[in-house]
This record gives sequence, structure tokens and C-alpha cells, in this order.
Amino acid sequence: MLDDFMVRAALAGIGVMIAAAPLGCFVVWRRMAFFGAATAHAAVLGVAISLAMSISVFVGVLVVCLAMAIIVTLLAGRGYAMDTLLGVLAHAALAIGLVAVSFLTHIRIDLMAYLFGDILAVGRTDIGVIWAGSLLVLSMMIWRWQATLLATVSEDLAHAAGYRPFRDELLLTISLAIVIAVAIKVVGVLLITAMLIIPAATARAFSSTPERMAVSAGLIGSIAVFAGLAGSWHLDTPAGASIVTAATVLFALVNIAARLKP
Amino acid sequence: MSGPLIEAKDISVKIGDRRILDHIELAINAKEIVTVVGPNGSGKSTLLRTLIGAIKPDRGKIRRKPELKIGYVPQKLHIDPTLPMTVRRFLNLPRKHDQSTIDLALQRAGIPGRAGDAMSALSGGQFQRALMARALLDTPDLLMLDEAAQGLDQTGVADFYKQIEDIRNQLGCGVLMVSHDLHVVMRAADRVICLNQHICCQGHPEVVTTDPAYRALFGTDTDEVLALFRHDPHQHPHHETESETDEKETST
Repeated sequence: MLDDFMVRAALAGIGVMIAAAPLGCFVVWRRMAFFGAATAHAAVLGVAISLAMSISVFVGVLVVCLAMAIIVTLLAGRGYAMDTLLGVLAHAALAIGLVAVSFLTHIRIDLMAYLFGDILAVGRTDIGVIWAGSLLVLSMMIWRWQATLLATVSEDLAHAAGYRPFRDELLLTISLAIVIAVAIKVVGVLLITAMLIIPAATARAFSSTPERMAVSAGLIGSIAVFAGLAGSWHLDTPAGASIVTAATVLFALVNIAARLKP
Repeated sequence: MSGPLIEAKDISVKIGDRRILDHIELAINAKEIVTVVGPNGSGKSTLLRTLIGAIKPDRGKIRRKPELKIGYVPQKLHIDPTLPMTVRRFLNLPRKHDQSTIDLALQRAGIPGRAGDAMSALSGGQFQRALMARALLDTPDLLMLDEAAQGLDQTGVADFYKQIEDIRNQLGCGVLMVSHDLHVVMRAADRVICLNQHICCQGHPEVVTTDPAYRALFGTDTDEVLALFRHDPHQHPHHETESETDEKETST
């Protein structure tokens, strides 16, 4: 069954979603959307470095994303507003990544595949890496769920309860880097943030607790994966973009339905 | 009770280049209601946040009684509208409590039966009480309130402080609160700490209000507070002459 590329694509997409759903909720709650996008942009530089040094793309992207997150954390609060800082770093990383890739004349790479992902080309090993990374992130999220949620509501309340919110923020940042590293092949750099945010935002409309929102985001994301792949198959559209489009349609439908409800 | 619940030993706090707190010596005992008063920017909130561990002092030590349970009510709390949160879920954060514990805490805080409401649907005063309920859940040894009466109307404020006294009597906890609500605070407190970066003076409310340092900070307002505080003016015949000399002293 795994020989069918559509089955592999669906498995890869759902593999990404199980980690992207709870993480995406935190990205939305903590207003980290731009941070997520900036980190994802840095992934292009990671791809270039990996290819130049002949190391695994997963490792290269992971390292660069983590470095990016650490630089942002260190530079935060030193004169520039966060969004300005992220704007500088995100575009710098993307541009430097593209310049670096152009130097790699001996290797021909399909940059489009990294920008928009190529979910139809994932192999068995890719699925293994995606599920391993996602399950790791998911278990970290479950392990630190209460503490991270409390820190999201109020850092002071977290301190008063005896937690160290900084650690949980760091864990979120690391989780974000891992998800981006495993998802880059599936949806690509430019669409990763969409898969973090759109399912979570859709789930908000009908969730009364944080946990329900996280689980709903996972279900919505999975539906979007199936719908996007089906659409891509029938209409011959790019798979990654189709998945994000399907998620956006769900977002619109759910919000319209919520408005119409008396 | 052996020893204070929490003790600040010569703590100083700087935020950036600004000195916020300077050589603070402070101890809170069980069953004691201590109120910190001071003008805006005097470091009241910083003091509380330092005591809960959210700010690291650059000097001095904070000593807590082992296993000290702190119930903290922050000055304001913003829950992002994208984060769905019922009162029950908020009270169960970070640890789950059974229904009866939650009901009791809500009742003590003055919003019984609100567990199923969304936090975003509460009024300002109800929201503040939900924060209070959460602080009371684990029957804290020390309750810390930062301008907790915000968003309440005049009678609400009076009720609120009465409630804090009741809670103290029921739980036997120490209470440390910050307020600029001089009138009511003075009646509820066992001890008042007058803060303006450093501790200007402290003691029984009646003693503090006649202290020159206190009068320098709060000026003419104090006579009114004193009048309110003193239920029997005949016991204090020196009241007016005292205040005059105090004001002269501080102005020189």
C-alpha cells in the first residue's frame, strides 16, 4: 500500500499535522505567526548549507532554524520592535539562502520543491523522519502542556506556580524548528506557517477550551490534507498549495457558519 | 507559627538602568494583612513580582518558608481572544481540581456558579474575582494581590476588602496586597508599608499615616483618611497639631 504515492502523501501530511496542530495553537495564542514565518524562511539557507556540505537537509534546516530562533531571542528588546527585527532576519535569511544556492553550480536542485514542497515525492524514509519528528514534538507538547499554557496566559502566574516560563518558551521554539525541518518537504517553506495557523484559527470558531481547539485543529488539518490531495489529483494542481487552499476554504466555511448561527 | 512566610533580605532591583527597588527589607507572617502603598511608579508591582520570582533582584535574597503555597492575583491579565478559556479550565490550570474545590473557591471569591462561563464573557469585576478564585484554590499560605480591586465600584471595593479579611480568617493565610486605594486599605490592613523605591515607613496604619515620610508622599489626603480610620476621634486629641508639625518638617 505504501507503494502508492498518494497514500505516502496522505501519511506525510497527517504526520505533519499531528505536531503542527497543537504547536499552531500556541503560535496563534502567543501571536508568534510572524516568528514562525521568519524561522521558515531561514530554512532556505538551511537547505543551501546542507547541500553545500553534503549533509542531510533535515539536519541542516533544523540547525539553521534553531540558530535563527536563538538570534531573534537574543536580539529581542534591543532597540527594534519585534516585527521589524523579524522582517529583517526573515528576508535576510531567505535572500542569503537563495544567493548561497546559486553558488552551488555542481548540484542542480529544484528550489521550487523547497519553497512550495513536493508532497507527492515523499519516500518511505521521509515518512519515517516526519513521523519521528512529529511524535517527538507532540510528546513534548503533551508533557509541558499545562506549564506552557499557563505561561501563555500569564508569565507571572507561571512564576507564582513555581514554573520557569522561559524554558517552556524555548521548548516551543525548538518544537517549531523541528516541525519546520520535517515539514519542508511536504508543504515547503512558504506554506508551513499556513499549516500552523489556518487549522488552529479555524478550530477557534467552535472550541470552548484550549485542548478542544488543539484536537480540532488536528482534525481540520487532516481533512485539509485529504481534500487538498484529492483536489490536486483531479484538477492537476500543485499538492502543497491545494492543501493550504482546502484549509482556507474550511476556515471560511466554519466562520460563515458561526456567524449564521443564532 | 514559626518564622515569617516570606522574607526579603536587602533586595534591590534594576530594570534597564533604572533603579526600581532599593534595599528592601520585608517579612510577611501568617494571618497578617500587609498593604503596600505608594505613588505611581514607586515599585509596588515590581516588589510583588520580585517576591513571586518573576523578576530577579540584582542584590539581596528572598527566603520562602519551605513548601510555601502562594496565591497570586496579578494587576491585570490579558487572555488573547484566540485562546478559548472557560472559568473552570482557568481554575484547573496548571493542576486539575475536583468540582467541589472549584465551587468553593468561586463562592469564596464572590462569583458562585460561574465555572461554565467563558473568561471573555465576564465583566471586569467578575474577571478579577475569577483571578481571585484561582489564587484561593490550593488554600494558599500567602495571598498576594496587585491592585486586585481594580474595575470594582465603590461598594464593590469595600466588599472586596471585607472579603479578604474573611478569607484571611478562614484560611489563616498571610495577605500581601498592593493598592493606592488609601481609604479602604487603611481599615483592612494590620500593617502598612509605605513604598517609594525604598521603604519610607511601615507599621500599624494609624502610626504610618502620621509619619512624616507618609505625609510627604500622600500630602493633604491623609487627614481625610485618618478621619475615616479613626472611629472615635476623642481618643486622639493631638491629631491636628501633629499633622501641622509633620508637614513643616517634611517641607524643609
